[in-house]
Amino acid sequence: MSQTPEGAAHQVDARVAGWSETELGVEGRVLDVVRAPAAVLSTDGERVDPTAPETVQLAADLVATMRVSPGCVGLAAPQVGVGVKVFCVDVSEHPKTRDHHGTFVLCNAEVVTSSRNEKAREGCMSVPDLTGDVKRPSRIVVRGQLPGTGEEVEVTANAFEARALQHEIDHCDGFLFLDKVAGAHAIYQRKTYL
Amino acid sequence: MTQHAITVLGHDRPGIIAQATAVLADLGLNIEDTSMTLLRGHFAMTLICAGGATEGRISDALAPLAEDGSLTVTVREVSGEHAAGAGGAPHVLTVHGGDRPGIVSGVVAVVAGVGGNVTDLTTRLSGDLYVLLAEVDLPAGVDVEALRTALTEEAARLGVGVTLRAAEADEL
Repeated sequence: MSQTPEGAAHQVDARVAGWSETELGVEGRVLDVVRAPAAVLSTDGERVDPTAPETVQLAADLVATMRVSPGCVGLAAPQVGVGVKVFCVDVSEHPKTRDHHGTFVLCNAEVVTSSRNEKAREGCMSVPDLTGDVKRPSRIVVRGQLPGTGEEVEVTANAFEARALQHEIDHCDGFLFLDKVAGAHAIYQRKTYL
Repeated sequence: MTQHAITVLGHDRPGIIAQATAVLADLGLNIEDTSMTLLRGHFAMTLICAGGATEGRISDALAPLAEDGSLTVTVREVSGEHAAGAGGAPHVLTVHGGDRPGIVSGVVAVVAGVGGNVTDLTTRLSGDLYVLLAEVDLPAGVDVEALRTALTEEAARLGVGVTLRAAEADEL
């Protein structure tokens, strides 16, 4: 499940790395992805009860939708039109990934600590025609709750997983990468698609 | 609905964009794409707007901007067709080195020689250091390594350094 280079074993939370959507016990449905300028994408999401049946179903739906979307490494509830703080990620197949926790869903997540800013160009399924340069910390600790059990977990993430987590947490808080681009000339018309 | 390309160039001062865009808004024109910057203290704005106003009406409405002679305004109707996106692979080209005439022309000629299209380009001169940054779309099938070699040879002739790298966006 998790690839952990020597010396970084402490960075991967075993509970999160061992989590999979089968724990949810419900079948995920593939939902439509909402595009900007839909208002839900710019609205601060509501906190959720991670044990509520609708949260569990939403978690399964997010994973199912992520799985069928080519190149998709994360999906937040506002992107499927639901204004709440729930998202899934799975960066395990991405070349820029170092340590990772496989597939997981977090509810009510927030960044607790962060360091080491790095700039990279981001694209987003909800903003399909633009990309932008965004500076983000490459080492972070995120606290959130697992759907279903509601357990609180802390995820220490680096590199691409850290970027993906921040991108999704931003979605849950009503921000797009467009809100964080590095400057007036830091957005670009996209020419190639996955 | 027609599209117009408008340029405003000249001596910088606060309020130029506010004044120009207020005129366009009053004419019911929608600003679609805009690029504005300062070049060595000179204001330079290019924009594309769409709406029902004629070229003459837009020119007349913008004329007060140019009244004191410090700004030049041009208005031109343009075709509404988008330049073909062509699906080229986006790359970032960086050049820096000692200033001399011919750096831009020398380097972009190599890019043009393989059918590459420059979609954005900025240069800055700081003391003797000249810097060029360009977004370049390379057509499918281009031998990027060969292009890099050709660029390096041209850069050596010009006495500057060059890098060309893929500008791949991370999908999140």
